Amino acid sequence: MPLAALVDRPLREVSPTVSFDSILFDDAEDGSEIETPAEPSCFGDLHLDQILASLTAGREEYELMPFFYRPLHEVEAIRYRHHVLHDIEQEGVLESVRRFAQGMHQMRAHLARARKLYYQYQKQRWFLEAVAVYCDEVRSFRERLAMQDLGSRGFMGLRDYLASYTESQSFTALVAQTVALTDKLGRVRYAIHIKGNHVRVSKYEGEPDISARVEQTFAKFKQGAVKDYRLKFREHAEMNHVEAQILDLVALLHPETFAELDAFCTTHSHRYLDDTIGRFDREVQFYLAYLEYIEPLRSSGLAFSYPRVSERSKEVCASDAFDLALASKLVREDGPVVCNDFYLTDPERILVVTGPNQGGKTTFARMFGQLHYLASLGLPVPGSDAEVVLPDRLFTHFEREEDLQTLRGKFEDELVRIHEILEQATGDSILIMNESFGSTTLRDALLVGAEVMKQIIELDVLCVFVTFVDELASLSESTVSMMSTVVPDDPAVRTYHVVRRSADGLAYAAAIAEKYALTYESLRRRVAR
Amino acid sequence: MKAFLMHRDEDVNLQLELPANEAALTQDLELNAIFATMAAGDPFLFEVTKRALFSSLRDPGAIVYRQRVLADCLENPSIVRELYSLAGEAIKADNSIWGGLSRDTPKSMLRSSVQKLELLVGFLRRLRQVTDEHAAEFDSEGFTRFCAMLAEELDDDYFDVVDAQLKELKFRGGMLLSSQLSAGNKGSRYMLRQPPEQSWFERVFDRSRYSFTIPDRDENGFRALGELEDRGLNLVANALTQSRDHVLSFFVMLRTEVGFYLACVNLHERLAERGQSTCFPVPLASGEVALSAQALYDVGLTLTVDQQVVGNDVNADGKPLVMITGANQGGKSTFLRSVGVAQLMTQCGMFVAAASFHASVCDGIFTHYRREEDESMESGKLDEELARMSGIADQITPNCMLLCNESFAATNEREGSEIARQVVGALLAENIRVLFVTHMFDLAHGFYSQGLETVLFLRAERGSDGARPFKLAEGRPLPTSYGEDAYAKVFGTTLDGLAARSPA
Repeated sequence: MPLAALVDRPLREVSPTVSFDSILFDDAEDGSEIETPAEPSCFGDLHLDQILASLTAGREEYELMPFFYRPLHEVEAIRYRHHVLHDIEQEGVLESVRRFAQGMHQMRAHLARARKLYYQYQKQRWFLEAVAVYCDEVRSFRERLAMQDLGSRGFMGLRDYLASYTESQSFTALVAQTVALTDKLGRVRYAIHIKGNHVRVSKYEGEPDISARVEQTFAKFKQGAVKDYRLKFREHAEMNHVEAQILDLVALLHPETFAELDAFCTTHSHRYLDDTIGRFDREVQFYLAYLEYIEPLRSSGLAFSYPRVSERSKEVCASDAFDLALASKLVREDGPVVCNDFYLTDPERILVVTGPNQGGKTTFARMFGQLHYLASLGLPVPGSDAEVVLPDRLFTHFEREEDLQTLRGKFEDELVRIHEILEQATGDSILIMNESFGSTTLRDALLVGAEVMKQIIELDVLCVFVTFVDELASLSESTVSMMSTVVPDDPAVRTYHVVRRSADGLAYAAAIAEKYALTYESLRRRVAR
Repeated sequence: MKAFLMHRDEDVNLQLELPANEAALTQDLELNAIFATMAAGDPFLFEVTKRALFSSLRDPGAIVYRQRVLADCLENPSIVRELYSLAGEAIKADNSIWGGLSRDTPKSMLRSSVQKLELLVGFLRRLRQVTDEHAAEFDSEGFTRFCAMLAEELDDDYFDVVDAQLKELKFRGGMLLSSQLSAGNKGSRYMLRQPPEQSWFERVFDRSRYSFTIPDRDENGFRALGELEDRGLNLVANALTQSRDHVLSFFVMLRTEVGFYLACVNLHERLAERGQSTCFPVPLASGEVALSAQALYDVGLTLTVDQQVVGNDVNADGKPLVMITGANQGGKSTFLRSVGVAQLMTQCGMFVAAASFHASVCDGIFTHYRREEDESMESGKLDEELARMSGIADQITPNCMLLCNESFAATNEREGSEIARQVVGALLAENIRVLFVTHMFDLAHGFYSQGLETVLFLRAERGSDGARPFKLAEGRPLPTSYGEDAYAKVFGTTLDGLAARSPA
């Protein structure tokens, strides 16, 4: 039998009448479009690529990327996930799901081993073991889930599905066979007699243990604590040919048991794993990965919340929000994380952020973008409270530092990209502009910036616009001015707080000048002496 | 099987950490000279002696148990020496066999453990012969039990069983392992089994067995077979190597315990050569506050000078504070040291350097001596002394003993006395015995003028000709002592005249 072909390709277990397909998508259609979407273009700018890389690390087997590349656009779809997450965030449910996931992981490891190994009886035993793990895990998952207080359509559907599946005739038969066979193999005992190069295998007849007798003989010298001289053998999954020869002889001593093993593998090799269960196992990792990623941040006191989402309203807001990628790094390093608030009320659409360099402006812009993207994945977002809109697209325009063209070339390149974005953006899009036109003169930046801003205003698009051009902050009633701030007594120290305030580039310049006694008054006194 | 020669019912544990004040005690009581004499050039004995002396017993019964064993040893020094060297030879023989390290394979570990045990069992046989021969010469509970135990546990039948088992572990007839199937149908839980006795008939006609042979050139096959054997031998190699460890540690323990007594015998012989008498002290329970001696002399001093040393008589029963004053170079330090050493020796079950001695046991001995080497830096010296006293205060507990030698003399007398008064007063209140050598009249007189029953005052005596005989007597503190003799010696006149001329 070609055991190498034992791919765990799932076939659907027929029986259940219950309708449950996916823990991620509330209707089967949505989930069934299998084509893999590409990474959205905003990922790099918003550092979503970093977040994703770190939360999928160690979960490669589940191929989670496509789920994160597909923002949802309907409030209903978001709700489906929020409800599922409310269930998962109950400790009992989370623990049940985790254990199930570990079990399925182990099962796959066994199958992989069965494929890889060489000797037939070994392959077969690992296959049996994989099936045993599967049976155990599915049954105990069902039991544990039944004890939980579930509220989501997703989990309630799964619970019913599991109940009907585990009671199906084919599953119960599979369990019975697996248990009986495992038990038989576990009871096989044999004896090996080695003399020189001659090896004899026979049934074990209860011959007495020698080491126990030796211990007994010298027991009278016993002196309390003993050193353990047992060698820790390195356990390989593989067998060497001597072990394999012995195993063949053991099979001859127990012919019926091994014939049964052979038949078991032939019967079940291609179709023991239910495909709905397999799909759940993969999809639920989407939630686990994210929850695990934000767990240390939550423990350190940072708030996450389920945002109120809408498909239309542009009145968005958030409290205590932060850049998830940065916070994750800071928490690992025990650094403080600065949170910021924002809100937009009609007719406000555009947050224009100005203020000293390195003051948290870019971080603020990223935070705004991340918040909306994560919300559209149906996940809890960084912040104690948030209200967001589900955009049709999320565009970012960040300065490209690595661009080695001439000033003029770079400026033009920026304009080309902005033009593309403005062509594609609709009134339902979100636009993040970060330090655009930083590579040109103030006059050009002001002129072009004002023009671009005018178009953005006309589009009625939600936008964060980070710039050094103060004038852009007060172009219309739809712009709101925000500033990154410094500590008043020591202007060299940034607070990383970005607050609503009229743009005033001179305030910072005056403060820093005072510190070094270079203000008009100070400098005159010093020069005059 | 335990030697139990130092404790009635437990092994002596000399691996304990030495007390924190070990260095101070060794220096102040000049213990190294005593250790060296007891060790007689044997570094192992030096270590044993030192650790034994610092692991004081607190139960008078336990002390007497050792005294009795020691008395047997003083009677039979040659047997003690024989036992000590027999234990040493056994350990050396064991060491001479290569292997038995935990990184060895079970197979080679088993081989070396079988060899080692064969040797060690030989020494066990010799040990039994020695004790069989001399059992009658011992009176102490410790030795009587030891001899009886060997006779009972190590009888001839036992040696036969051991011989047979060690022979079996050489596997002349091949080895039989039992096994079962675990993960992936790999064999597991290999256990070494005793092969059944079978007739040739059974061997030929038994069909429930299959076999194969590893071809001669199949190196991988032999390696695999070797590992299988190792797995089978793992438990028995572990058991046998542990057994060898146990038997070896029996000899180690025997060598340690007998070694302690041998060291005592060594010291006893050196003192006897000098005509100094010793006695077994009477240990009293710790509540009693007793300390009484006749002709108590300093062991260390005796070992370093040729002439016979004069002992002191003292009766400090019921006196938790002993103030010692008097002439410089008058034997105060020697006396203080002799008390400390006698107390330590008493509490490890030894004889003491006195004609008679009794003392209540204490929970620890501490010393606070003036450190002469710091003379140059006067200002920092009081700090240093106070820091040291503070260190002692961190460790000392009720029922301990503190020996002070010229403490707090680094500052002026008034300050020093006041500090000392406060320190001593506090310690006494906490049931700590204090012996205080001082030339601070203010301090000593202060206690004296209180007329306390609980304080004993000793004074370094001067002979009528002014020569100092290193002898102390009870006596109240006198206003002068420091430098008087020296002045007299150098100037050839006493200070009386000067004192008379100075203003009152």
